[in-house]
Amino acid sequence: MSNDILYSIRNLTVEYKTRAGAVRAVDDVSLDIRRGEILGLVGESGCGKSTLGKALMRLHTGPASITGGELWFDGRDLVQLSENEMPYIRGAEIGMVFQDPMTSLNPVQRILDHITETIKTHEPQFESEISDESARARAEELVERLGIRRERLSDYPHQMSGGMRQRVMIALALALRAKLVIADEPTTSLDVIVEAKFLDLLKELKEEFGLTILLITHNIGVVAEVADRVAVMYAAKMAEVGEVNDVFADSKHPYTQGLLRSVPNIRLNEGELYKMGGTPPNLLHPPTGCRFAPRCPHVMEICTKVDPAFESIEKDHLASCWLYQEAPVDRS
Amino acid sequence: MAQSQQKNTTPSSATKTDDNLVQIENLRKHFPVQSGFIAEMLNKGQIPAVKAVDGVSFSIRRGEVFGLAGESGSGKSTVGRLVLGLLEPTDGQVLFDGIDLGDLNPEELRLLRSRMQVIFQDPLASLNPRMSIGEAIRHPVKIHITDDPREGREVVYQILEKVGLAPPEQYYDKFPHQISGGQRQRIVIARALVTTPDLVVADEPIAMADVSVRALLLDLMMRLKNELNLTYLFITHDLATAKYVCDRIAIMYLGRLCEIGPLADIYEHSGHPYTRALLEAVPVPDPRHRRKEPMPAGEIPSAINPPSGCRFHPRCPIAKENCSVDEPELRELRPGHLIACHYAEEFLE
Repeated sequence: MSNDILYSIRNLTVEYKTRAGAVRAVDDVSLDIRRGEILGLVGESGCGKSTLGKALMRLHTGPASITGGELWFDGRDLVQLSENEMPYIRGAEIGMVFQDPMTSLNPVQRILDHITETIKTHEPQFESEISDESARARAEELVERLGIRRERLSDYPHQMSGGMRQRVMIALALALRAKLVIADEPTTSLDVIVEAKFLDLLKELKEEFGLTILLITHNIGVVAEVADRVAVMYAAKMAEVGEVNDVFADSKHPYTQGLLRSVPNIRLNEGELYKMGGTPPNLLHPPTGCRFAPRCPHVMEICTKVDPAFESIEKDHLASCWLYQEAPVDRS
Repeated sequence: MAQSQQKNTTPSSATKTDDNLVQIENLRKHFPVQSGFIAEMLNKGQIPAVKAVDGVSFSIRRGEVFGLAGESGSGKSTVGRLVLGLLEPTDGQVLFDGIDLGDLNPEELRLLRSRMQVIFQDPLASLNPRMSIGEAIRHPVKIHITDDPREGREVVYQILEKVGLAPPEQYYDKFPHQISGGQRQRIVIARALVTTPDLVVADEPIAMADVSVRALLLDLMMRLKNELNLTYLFITHDLATAKYVCDRIAIMYLGRLCEIGPLADIYEHSGHPYTRALLEAVPVPDPRHRRKEPMPAGEIPSAINPPSGCRFHPRCPIAKENCSVDEPELRELRPGHLIACHYAEEFLE
């Protein structure tokens, strides 16, 4: 594994056990996250993007479990680690920012206590007498860098605005010098102006701290604005991965093409949005062959029979589509 | 064309122009903040209030899609509820087809409501989970159209087909949890339209839907608007979506209107710094696009003690001294395009 790849996901499968049978929410997905990049992971509700994000920290409980694949994070396969070892990864090496920061922050704990407790829990060297002072100093420095006045550290989460709470979540990840931050819909509950400022902040932090960010979102515009590369998921499978500029200028997978055309663009003057027919398949009984075939405008005979491989089509541009692969049947 | 935006004018039904379906005049809605006995003493009997809507006037023309946009807490949803008569205004009036909602008793208001309907953001919260889809739509039919079960069913079938849920027999007995989110929103639209209202207040109707479903829902709403001669009050925070549906749009900030006018005028020649920031902040699905203007400082202040003068002045990049003192009124600077900024001319070249 080359050193510029921080996280290498190989053939990951995550299943939910339901009364009706097992549902593969993530099905044989492979993806690399490079050091220092913002990778956008997009897809519609139920495509498996959040399940994938949680699996990267092995946060699954209850009916969900990883049933196959490898999770190579910074040289270790997390799938092989015991549950006792995971707390040293979660929070410390991989930070997480969720959509609703109110549910991620303890409502009866001051922000300062939240950050210092996190530092002290994960970094035993702070368990000395000077620990409180230095942990506090680190917290103050951090929140000021993120644009929150240090006096606000004595606030409770409910006293802060949504944008501030999201910045506190980022501060928690930075406080531990996490290598990777997984942000799952971090701006979805924010207003546009606050969102724009939060996205600017993410870009700055990437440069300043060399932070690697996996940005999970349904908002294509957000990905276009901040991501270096983009991964598109459809029905538990990876449809396409590539540099943001390549994918937006010349998307390969018909699903990506449809998705991009159905996004409203405030800068364009086209009169109507593209309307993609059909709905994503039921993952209890996914169709044979390519999962997008029933909705695909370019469907061929092979598509309904054999699932296309997820392969490189151009440099740094992968897609799973028979349009670009040698098929046993003639393309017409 | 010219709108009566003057304050404190009480339009009699004689002055109402016939092409306005809804006319609101200097509307205010203040929600008192829950406070105890001591707080009341300290405030000398003055109970602090959230000034959710604080002097808003506009009219909605028959057959148009009127957009009302702004961030959370701007008061846009409160305006929607006031228009529907679901809230009583603190001050000002709402005229629906020339009828002042304030003059009506509850029974008259109930009858008038068959002519106005609402679509909310979350279809799962709008539908009773224990009521089948057919029953849910038949409910307003029973109240406003017919009591007869067989006729009622027929009416429901027709509207189900209209919203693209065919064959309707297949959906009638299903429950909300058995269908997809997009289909649920179609049910909510069907229920709103079955009484053939004149006005539909759509409060973030597609915000919960996935990208590919949004385009379909918008298309459906616009098709039905033309088929049934509807007028929409389209409340949204999403200016990118508003662009595809609205004829005119008003931008709200902290309970006041910043700007109102034809969609193209606002999007291409906005004269209010807040509107310009909002438009600039919308993420564009094009990686080559970069924002040009810096975002306004800080966040929306409290609506309990809004800033003096122009409410946007503490965050405004072009604020001058008088902005913190004089509250700007809406001025018509282009035909039908009104802007509440002392320095709007700077942008209108």
